Amino acid sequence: MIPRIAIALMTVAFLTSAPNAMGKTPIERIVTPKGIEIWFVRDAKLPMLSLQFSFLGGASQDPAEKPGVASLAASLLDEGAGPYDARAFREQLEEHAIEVSFAANRDNVRGSLKTLTDNRIKAFELLKLALNEPRFDASEIERVRAATLASLRRNSTNPSELAKERWYARAFPGHPYGRSTLGTLDSVPNISADDLRAYVRKTLARSNLKVAAVGAIDAGTLSKLVDDAFGTLPEKADLAPVPDVVPQGLGERDIVPLKVPQTVILYGSTGLKRSDPDFIPAYVLNHILGGGSFESRLFKEVREKRGLSYSVYSTLVALKHAGLFMGAVQTKNDRAYESLDLIESEIARIAKDGPTADELDKAKKYLIGSYPLRFDTSVKIATNLLDIQFEELGLDYIDKRNAEIEAVSADDIRRAANRYLVGAKMLVLMVGEPVAAPAKSAKQ
Amino acid sequence: MKIITAMAVAGAATLLSPRGAEAEQGPPVARFTLKNGMECLVISDHRAPVVTQMVWYRVGSADEVPGKSGLAHFLEHLMFKGTAKNPAGDFSKILASLGGQENAFTGNDYTAYFQRVTRDHLEQVMAFEADRMTGLVLDDKVVNSERDVVLEERRMRTDNSPAAQLGESMQATLFVNHPYGRPVIGWEQEIKQLNREEALAFYRRFYAPNNALLVVAGDVTPEGVKKLAEKIYEPIPRNDSIQSRARPNEPEARADRRVVLADVRVAQPSLTRNYLAPSYRTAAPGEAEAIDVLTHVLGTGSLSRLYRKLVIEKKIAASAGAWYGGVAYDTTRLGISATPLPGVALEDLDKAIDAVIAEVVTNGITQEELTRAKTKLVADVVYSWDDPFTLARMYGAALTTGLTVDTIKEWPDRIRAVTADQVQEAAKKWLATRHSVTGYLVKPPAPPEKRS
Repeated sequence: MIPRIAIALMTVAFLTSAPNAMGKTPIERIVTPKGIEIWFVRDAKLPMLSLQFSFLGGASQDPAEKPGVASLAASLLDEGAGPYDARAFREQLEEHAIEVSFAANRDNVRGSLKTLTDNRIKAFELLKLALNEPRFDASEIERVRAATLASLRRNSTNPSELAKERWYARAFPGHPYGRSTLGTLDSVPNISADDLRAYVRKTLARSNLKVAAVGAIDAGTLSKLVDDAFGTLPEKADLAPVPDVVPQGLGERDIVPLKVPQTVILYGSTGLKRSDPDFIPAYVLNHILGGGSFESRLFKEVREKRGLSYSVYSTLVALKHAGLFMGAVQTKNDRAYESLDLIESEIARIAKDGPTADELDKAKKYLIGSYPLRFDTSVKIATNLLDIQFEELGLDYIDKRNAEIEAVSADDIRRAANRYLVGAKMLVLMVGEPVAAPAKSAKQ
Repeated sequence: MKIITAMAVAGAATLLSPRGAEAEQGPPVARFTLKNGMECLVISDHRAPVVTQMVWYRVGSADEVPGKSGLAHFLEHLMFKGTAKNPAGDFSKILASLGGQENAFTGNDYTAYFQRVTRDHLEQVMAFEADRMTGLVLDDKVVNSERDVVLEERRMRTDNSPAAQLGESMQATLFVNHPYGRPVIGWEQEIKQLNREEALAFYRRFYAPNNALLVVAGDVTPEGVKKLAEKIYEPIPRNDSIQSRARPNEPEARADRRVVLADVRVAQPSLTRNYLAPSYRTAAPGEAEAIDVLTHVLGTGSLSRLYRKLVIEKKIAASAGAWYGGVAYDTTRLGISATPLPGVALEDLDKAIDAVIAEVVTNGITQEELTRAKTKLVADVVYSWDDPFTLARMYGAALTTGLTVDTIKEWPDRIRAVTADQVQEAAKKWLATRHSVTGYLVKPPAPPEKRS
């Protein structure tokens, strides 16, 4: 089945097999005869294969007046392709228990393929059709458009969705990041089949493609299958340049009135991009402030000590063209400002004084010790390998990452804090009916 | 002490690939019981150096007494507040410094606590979990503040969402006598009254090794876990006063009910229908499996009956689907939902759903539909093998709702054995409107107030 020639032309580079977050599992970097790079982990224990891939150029490639094109196009790729109409395509997938999905985010179109190893030929045949010959039949466009509009209507009174939409719109006026990924109730009805075809033609190419795979397959077979599915895509993507950008409106508080008992507060400011040399110290600092464990300052101050919220966090959002520091909290209307003031004072406190030595030590231990937990399923491994490729961190990142965390010093934290947190002003979106702020928290 | 029996989850690949010998089995599952009655399950998967520990208690919101709704879930929150041996916050603090992750969840029938750590730390997290099985210490200050957290959780999940509020009302309407009618998180006015003494009384009544299930999944061996469990969990004394669950039964349902929630926040109306249905524990042999197949054919994916009729053919809905909550201790629910296209009345959607059901009741399903449903349901088993955490959760839920390891092991074979006649029979019996509630989520006809 697999011609020897393909194997001969394929390059395989093994990563060192030193123990890392994945035990001793080597990651192979495969370059296919058609020049497609795959990061691959062989796992023969389960009869399945998980493929994750992305094309740079997600919703940020939408026409300015028509947000939602990338998202609608992605949703339609598996709704009929080549000789199969939507129903026949779906029957092919279900009869072989193959799972394919596509979705657009701001920077990428991401795809995922899951198949039992025995059905891999059929799986890649269907994937190839979806990527190369999507039909965009009128009936299916109308159907998926209607489902999108229903979601948009639902989101229009969902406080968390509203907060997110409004925050990005306010922070990035005139920039693609300010537009809704899913589109709007005004734009989605106007998207045409030509818009979808143009988007796919420009965006689904080999030059902006990243691929990661985990499963019971050998490198030669995988290489051949990936070339079959992706190799006939245009070599070069035709992407509109997206400028780097920083959020606007910092220092402002916008209120979106909505009749709900609990106010959703989303706040954000400038952060650091993933490529920034201070990103790792900032990441450690953020873990201490409002990261994922039950130990963060925000969790302790806002939730544990005062019972103000079930959910409270801060995070670094690393987009391709912007680094953001963001966070959210949800508190009943008459204590919403109290939560917000508390969060702002905690941010100011850690920006000014930094974490304690003990906090820094414990955060590093957590971040290092928990890293292997990201690599305990095929799907998680493939997803992480794809993220590392997107962030351009290199094949040896998994080996180096914990040492980078370990090396973070109090000085590094201070330097990083000075870059984005000291004196930081937030753009705050409050959705709900927050009861008027006490005088001390009124801000312009 | 029972002997460890290692067994493998039944292979799905027999249906899908006649030749895949290595593909026959999922991760091996071993089961044993400690002398104090604590049941233990070990799911071995050595692909990553990671372990999940879960301790499941056979107590959930359906075991609360009337008037104290939310108590099981409130106690779940309070279990993170420290013990005599490991005072407030120590467990979480040490766990975090080990790089461990933790959380807990409460359902109608169970309450479960879990940690994910690298394999070297298993013993330590087992010791912490064992300690809080009986050692919980609470003071009013932490109880009061945590009650506020739970109220915020309720606002977030339910009060901020009209759809969630409708779901709550439908559940309360469907179950006229059984405690499944109460929301797991509790009614707001009752959560506000919960206190330290009640939480501790509930804890002492239900938290004991003979009412618990340990599930360890990941890079471990049954022998290794058994040794640790004997050392760490076996010394905890059993509580012989715990009785098996006897909840009030549902009377025979006779009324087709409608629940309407009208709210200004509803920008997209929807329709949901819930039926009473037997669970895997209460169903006749093969019946729950037939309902799983029925639900798939009716409402999973774009080839399903509901989707094809409502969305594709009649073009009256943006989406349509069905689900079945078969893993429950008592009589459970089967649900259908649909989102109308603009201008379509929910009544018309309702009638179209009735017609789809009538068609299945009268003429049954096709062989093609039956085969496709089986392929998908069985393949999902294989895909579940990829994630030890998912497996731990699946086994934990099954074993705390009256099922056995064999039930899960043999499930793919029992799904394969389902016939089209059984599916039609299940539709006839369980999709009868007299034991259903239909919920309409709508915008009020006229704006009740002017907002600027």
